[in-house]
Amino acid sequence: MNALLKRLKKEFKLTEIVERRSGLASCKVRRDVAETLIRELRDREGYSHLAFLTAIDYIEKGVFTLTYMLHSHRDQTNLAVHVDVPREAPEMTSIHTLWAQAGTYQRELHEMFGIEFPGSPRQYEDFCLEGWDQIPPMRKEFDIVAYSEATFGSREGRASEEPREHMKESIYPTRGGDS
Amino acid sequence: MTEATATGAPGSLSGDSTLDLSSGKYIKVWQGPQHPGITGNMSLELVVCGDEVVECKTHVGYLHRGFEKLMERRTFIQNFTMVCRIAVPEPTFNEYLYAAAVEDLAGIQVPERAVWLRTLNLEMMRLASFLMWLGGSGASFGLYTIPQWAVAHRDFVLDLFEEVTGSRIYHMYIVPGGVRAGLPDGFKERATDVMIRIEKMLGEVERIVFHNAVFKKRAKGLGIITPEMVDHYGIVGPNARAAGVARDLRKDEPYLAYGDLDFEVATGTASDAYERAWVRFQEIHQSIALIRQMIERMPMDGPFQAPVPNVLHWKIPAGETYVKAECTRGEYGYYLVTDGSEYLRRIHVRGPSYTHAVALMEKLAVGTNIADISGLMVSLHTYPPEIER
Repeated sequence: MNALLKRLKKEFKLTEIVERRSGLASCKVRRDVAETLIRELRDREGYSHLAFLTAIDYIEKGVFTLTYMLHSHRDQTNLAVHVDVPREAPEMTSIHTLWAQAGTYQRELHEMFGIEFPGSPRQYEDFCLEGWDQIPPMRKEFDIVAYSEATFGSREGRASEEPREHMKESIYPTRGGDS
Repeated sequence: MTEATATGAPGSLSGDSTLDLSSGKYIKVWQGPQHPGITGNMSLELVVCGDEVVECKTHVGYLHRGFEKLMERRTFIQNFTMVCRIAVPEPTFNEYLYAAAVEDLAGIQVPERAVWLRTLNLEMMRLASFLMWLGGSGASFGLYTIPQWAVAHRDFVLDLFEEVTGSRIYHMYIVPGGVRAGLPDGFKERATDVMIRIEKMLGEVERIVFHNAVFKKRAKGLGIITPEMVDHYGIVGPNARAAGVARDLRKDEPYLAYGDLDFEVATGTASDAYERAWVRFQEIHQSIALIRQMIERMPMDGPFQAPVPNVLHWKIPAGETYVKAECTRGEYGYYLVTDGSEYLRRIHVRGPSYTHAVALMEKLAVGTNIADISGLMVSLHTYPPEIER
C-alpha cells in the first residue's frame, strides 16, 4: 500500500499519508481531484469495495472531513480517503455512479450534516428524520440537551406512596388508613 | 410519464417515481413499519401493478435514537453500555468491535484467554442470531412450525449466555481490555448438550424446509444477485457468498482466534433466496463446529482482562481506526476518530443492512410478486437498527 500511495502522492498531491496499522492507511486529497482519485483507486488499483462514507465535524477548523473507506480484496487492505469541505458551503462531487449504495450515504450526510452532493438521487428526501426544521443534528453546534428541553419539556415526576400506608388506605378507606 | 423535479433532473435520474400513479394501473402499498417480513421496524413503499411490484422505496427512521451523536458526548466507558443496543439480535458484535477499536487506539493488548472467550461469544451470538433468522425465514414462507422450534432452541443458547455473562440479550461482556468473566464450571458439558439438541432440530428443519416443495417453488429464482452486483452494491456476507463470491473476514483478515480454527467458507452459485438460505444453514452447522473446537482448545486459566487506565478519566490519544468483523450478515465495522480528549470526536457504525435493505432491496423488489416481498427481505437478512444507529 505504501508504494501505491507514494505513486499517487505526486499525481494527486496527497497529504497527511498515515499508515495507521498493517492493512489500514489514510490520506488526504483536495476536493477538486477527490472523485478522480477514488475512481482511479476503484478501477485500476483494486479498491472496489466502498465500506462506508461518513463525515467528521471539525468545527474549530471550519471544515467537515469526509471519509471514504475503501477496501481492496486483492491484498486485503483498507484505505481511508479524507476530503475537507468548508462548513460554510459544504458541497462535494457525488459518487453515486461509482457505487449504487453511495446515494444512500450521501442522502444521510445531507440530512445529518447538511452537505450537498449535486445530482445525488433523492438527497433531499428525509432519511431518518421526519419534518426536521433545525440545523442538521450531527453538526457539533447542535445542542441535543437544549433541543430536548425546548421540544419535550421536563417530565413531571411520578407520585410515590409509602407502601404500607397506601395499602391500608386502599383496603380500609373508611377507617382513614388506621387499622 | 417522466416528471421534471424541483432540481430539474428527470424523475428517473433523481430517483423520484416515473410512473403515472393517477392512471389507475397502480396501487401504492405500505409494507411495514411493523415488521415487514419479521426483520424489524422499517417500511417499504411499494407501487404494485396487479400483484407485481414495479417500484420500491425503503423508509427507515422508526428506530433512530441517534446513537452516534449520543456517543460523542459520553466517556469511553459509558459508551460501552450503549453499543450493544445498536443491533438487538446481535449485540455481541457491537461490543467486540467497540472494545477492539478503543484498544487499537489506546494500544492495549488483550490476554490470550480473553481472545478465545471473545471468539466463543461471537460464535454463540452468530448461532443465536441465525436461529432467529431461521424462524423469521420459515414464517415468511408460511412454515409456522419453524419459528417455534428455532426460537425455542435460540433460548437454549441464551441460557448459555446467561451462564457466562449474566445476561441473555444485552450481555455487556466484552469490555475494553478483555472480558468480564471466564467460563463457569460444567459449561463445556452443558454447551455440548445444547449443540446436540440444536443439531437434532436442524436435521428436522432441513427436511421440512429445504426439501419442501412449497419453499423450493417460492424461494428458487427469487431475488437473484449477480456476482457483478456484489461490489457495485456493497454486498457482503452470505448474500455475496451465495453468489459464489468467497469472501469472509474470518478467513480474509483473520481476527481474534479465527486464524487458529479449522473451517471452510460456505459458498453457493444460484444466488437466489433458496441459495442464500442454504448458505446460512451451512453456516449454522459451521458455527456449531467452531464452538465445539473452541471449548476443546481454549485456555481455561490465565488472566482475561488487561489493565486499563482509570476509566472515569480515560483520555485516548488522537487518531482514527476502522475495525471490522464478520457478523451473520457480513462486514460489520466500527470507525472511531479521537482527538486526545475524554470523548470521541466521531464514531460511525457500518452495518451490512445499510446497503442490503436500502439500495439492494429497492433494486431486487422490482418485478417481485408482492407476496414474496417478506421472503425476499428475510433472504437478505436485514436489521433496521443498524441502518439508523
